[in-house]
Amino acid sequence: MNPEFKSFKDMTDADYADIGLRSGLEIHQQVLTEKKLFCRCPAGCYSEVYDAEILRHMRPTLSELGEYDGTALMEFKTRKDIIYRINHETVCTYEMDDTPPFEINQKALDIALEIAMLLNYKLVSEIHVARKQYLDGSIPTGFQRTTIVGIDGWIPYRDRRIGLIQLGLEEDACREISDIGHTRIYRTDRLGMPLIETVTEPEMRTPQEVADVAEILRRLVRSTGKVRTGIGAARQDVNVSIKGGTRVEIKGVSRIPLIPLLIYNEAKRQHSLLRIRDELKRRKITKETLETKDADVTGILTQTAWEPLRQALSRGERIRCVNLKGFAGILRHPLQTGKVFSKEISDRVRVIACITRLPNILTSEGTEETIDSFIWQKIRKTVSAGDLDAQILVWGEERDVQTAVREIIIRAGEAADGIPNETRQALEDGTNGFERILPGPDRMYPDTDLPPLEIPVSRIEELQKNIPAPVWERVPRYRGMGIPEHLLVPLASSLQAALFEELSEIEGLSPVRIAVFLLEKRKAWSRLHLNINRLDPEAWRIFFKSAAKQPALLEKGDDLFKTWLDESGLELADELKKYIPPALDMEAVEDRIGGLLKSEEGMFPDLQVKHRYLMGKLMPGCRGHVPAEEIGQLLRRRLEEKDISHE
Amino acid sequence: MSDDYKGYRDPALGVLKDYSVKVWSDVEMDTSRGGFKGIILPRSETADARHIVLKLRNGYNVGIAVDTIAGIKETGRREAHYKIPEKEFPYDPQKPNVRLLGTGGTIASRLDYRTGAVIPAFSPGELYGSVPELADICNLTTKKLYGVFSENMGPEQWICTAEEIGREIEKGTDGIVIGHGTDTMHHTSAILSFMIQNSPVPIVMVGSQRSSDRPSSDAALNLIHAVKTAAESDIAEVMVCMFGPTSDQYALLHRGTRVRKMHSSYRSTFRTIGDIPLAMVDRDSIKPLRQDYKKRRNDKDFTIDTRFEEKVSIVYYYPNMRPDIIESLIDNGYRGIVIAGTGLGHVNKPLYPVLDKCRQNNIAVYMTVQTLWGYVQMYVYETGREIMGLGVIPAYNMLPEVAYVKLGWALGKTDDLEEVKKIMLNPINGEITEREPYNGYLIYQGGVPEVETFLRTIKR
Repeated sequence: MNPEFKSFKDMTDADYADIGLRSGLEIHQQVLTEKKLFCRCPAGCYSEVYDAEILRHMRPTLSELGEYDGTALMEFKTRKDIIYRINHETVCTYEMDDTPPFEINQKALDIALEIAMLLNYKLVSEIHVARKQYLDGSIPTGFQRTTIVGIDGWIPYRDRRIGLIQLGLEEDACREISDIGHTRIYRTDRLGMPLIETVTEPEMRTPQEVADVAEILRRLVRSTGKVRTGIGAARQDVNVSIKGGTRVEIKGVSRIPLIPLLIYNEAKRQHSLLRIRDELKRRKITKETLETKDADVTGILTQTAWEPLRQALSRGERIRCVNLKGFAGILRHPLQTGKVFSKEISDRVRVIACITRLPNILTSEGTEETIDSFIWQKIRKTVSAGDLDAQILVWGEERDVQTAVREIIIRAGEAADGIPNETRQALEDGTNGFERILPGPDRMYPDTDLPPLEIPVSRIEELQKNIPAPVWERVPRYRGMGIPEHLLVPLASSLQAALFEELSEIEGLSPVRIAVFLLEKRKAWSRLHLNINRLDPEAWRIFFKSAAKQPALLEKGDDLFKTWLDESGLELADELKKYIPPALDMEAVEDRIGGLLKSEEGMFPDLQVKHRYLMGKLMPGCRGHVPAEEIGQLLRRRLEEKDISHE
Repeated sequence: MSDDYKGYRDPALGVLKDYSVKVWSDVEMDTSRGGFKGIILPRSETADARHIVLKLRNGYNVGIAVDTIAGIKETGRREAHYKIPEKEFPYDPQKPNVRLLGTGGTIASRLDYRTGAVIPAFSPGELYGSVPELADICNLTTKKLYGVFSENMGPEQWICTAEEIGREIEKGTDGIVIGHGTDTMHHTSAILSFMIQNSPVPIVMVGSQRSSDRPSSDAALNLIHAVKTAAESDIAEVMVCMFGPTSDQYALLHRGTRVRKMHSSYRSTFRTIGDIPLAMVDRDSIKPLRQDYKKRRNDKDFTIDTRFEEKVSIVYYYPNMRPDIIESLIDNGYRGIVIAGTGLGHVNKPLYPVLDKCRQNNIAVYMTVQTLWGYVQMYVYETGREIMGLGVIPAYNMLPEVAYVKLGWALGKTDDLEEVKKIMLNPINGEITEREPYNGYLIYQGGVPEVETFLRTIKR
């Protein structure tokens, strides 16, 4: 079938180099602001409760050349009723496109500028808000307001740099609730929240590299402490192409570890599509010469026992057959793991003709028990099919079936070209499905509702002060301090990094111990659902300053914090007292020395050694109470007195 | 200024000239913030003079501060010539003929995406290219009368539009649609109701609240509704046809003399005030909401009377208003004043002497209410009776803007204030109604539980 394409786990870097894999990332990360980007609704207030619904349709606008954008045309063909569910706490008339935008959220812009500087972008001097068209309805205006704050950034990766094309600040879209037939429903609570979009050059060469870079970027932006975290706060899109192929965008990867398998499957899909193209070329079939014939075959199938068709007939739907001349064997050609070419056609029928009940097509090349072969014979006759042809049945409401037939022919024709320009959707099993035609560059319009906004040098200089040192500078420094390898990157990219650096200046403390507390212990306490919000920088300072004097606190720290974070109403300083032994004064120290001298009558070569030995015994109980120097002098005097009395 | 440097002023202009580049130059720019590549775009005249606008390869525009620029190299030129595609509007002898008259506004325009300039899309071919559904309804022809924003519409444009409509009716057109900016659409609908009387065909005014260059625009659907009304409805009146709810569901047909724009940006901004609309229209049907409208006829028994006196003003009363405001109108030779008074139609005592002076100067003064809903009733309080005693005439429930255009129209015909009064208080097409139905005043209050329940069950 596909002998030369190895399984996921057998693929090596060299294999990916052979097929010429190139991949880039688009990372969408919500930034942490109180309010949305272009209105004053609260950001991050999610609610499934809705108070009202609004119905809209999206209509394509013409591009500069008088052509409809591919995506636009497709979305229009789909004739969707788009329903927005709105909650009046989270959405105002701006998001519903009944009020022009308000001034851009300056806090969000500051954050975007800071992150752009962190990622070495060149900043623009004046931002212009653009409208990026989306006709799927995910934004009620039909476009996303977006602006670029920087271009041509980079991050280091292994021995090279990964280029970053642009950093955009834009508004988030709705969340789809359902998309059945001609009705798509959206929830609007997330709509309008500010997010930054980081776009990399397609410079990653293996699936693992893509995951690595995604992880680095994730950690970097998080190190500012100014982005949202949690489910859905960051989403990745990956674009994938192989040698001879086309750039395909896969949207909505929610977790980075899913990326490698996803890219593998897309590479495999493209590889297989290119083989199909070659095979069609061999059969002398092109998009233009492809011969098809379609006919209504409802009458032939009235007695069918195959359940999906039986149900369709009971709903009064029509069934049509499309004959694809010379396509024998193509429809069952394997593509992604567990999927064959006809799945591509089924996807298109689902999305574009709105025939969402699956299965929505049946091919003459299926292997399952479906309809009787003599019925197939009749159908073949109706569409004048020959032995080298393939047939597809599709059913639904008359108008949708018409759209479906046109789309089936379009997709079959595209097979002769190779890989269509598509936006695809990441699926949980690591494969992907068709989402829409990849939009062209013609979908960017200037937003005439907002004036350009200057970013003066003074603003940039002010923001520069907030930017954390980049991870790649911190890591070698931390390594030099003895921080173990597994903690290096997490620490360098954590929000605690600056605090860690401050605390490690305190004399008498080991940086490793500090790192363990700041990262690992903190995480463990969080897992125990303790209130780690109490661990502000001041609490850490109090603790570590005390611990520098009382090293025993480091041993007891875990218990101490667990108690304090759990229920203690005490101030941390008071909590600490419970763990520090009662204070010793000089008199008590003298008593201890007396007792010690009585019990330690051992033989020592000289006073010096004996002094050192006894100090070792004394100090653990006295440290933090009386300076070691004073204890040392007192002990020396007593030893000398004793020595004299012996003589 | 030459288009080569469109919108640029010094210092940006000087920088462009220094490096011998112009608008539409494809350039590589060297700046203290790094290199930028793109096409130099025209700059908005209202923006500052310190930035050059660049369209980057990814389609985004950015501004580059001229004081950061160290060099600009032209690598090519890519001028945009925007053209809206045209497709010949099909003709079907079975279908009614509709004439679309354009005055401006966003109903029929789209954006030049490179410059941000709005380009009118207006010819039948252009409209067919972007709203092909229109061809299912009628044979459409168009004529552009003006290309002005609606705030620039005035007597000159009203008169010319009315006369053009008269010529169209004479020619036997089955219905007329007028594309108009929405801000003053209700002024125009009111004056056309007076200037054109007894029209045998529908005269439908339409606009859009979201321009047609955006996918969510209400323009196409408004146009479809308006053209359908002009082609098929039997309501032979001047109407405003705009969205009923904000959802893409149906439009309301409002009587031209009772309609008002009530929200600065909502799609459903037009409301009939103090009454209910004439009808609902969607893609499939026109559903009358009342029966007392003027019906479509086959005759040509209509009249056009476009005389208009421009020396008329509206005075919006506010507490502590001083007589000098009205003095200045007298001094400037105004012949008519419409007051939008408080409550039932009141102004303060300090204005009494100047109102008396108006009477002595033969100036027509009419009282309307700034509450918009409800009648002027000047007998209820002594103030009202006193004001009437000074010659101020209550205009019943005529909307202030409607009273304004009607007074200009009445004074256009005669100097005799008794004659003017007859014209003013004799309703021509619903501008004064004898009764206000209980559902003529509906402003539901959000938050009230019953209202919230209702909102949850309908599309807004």
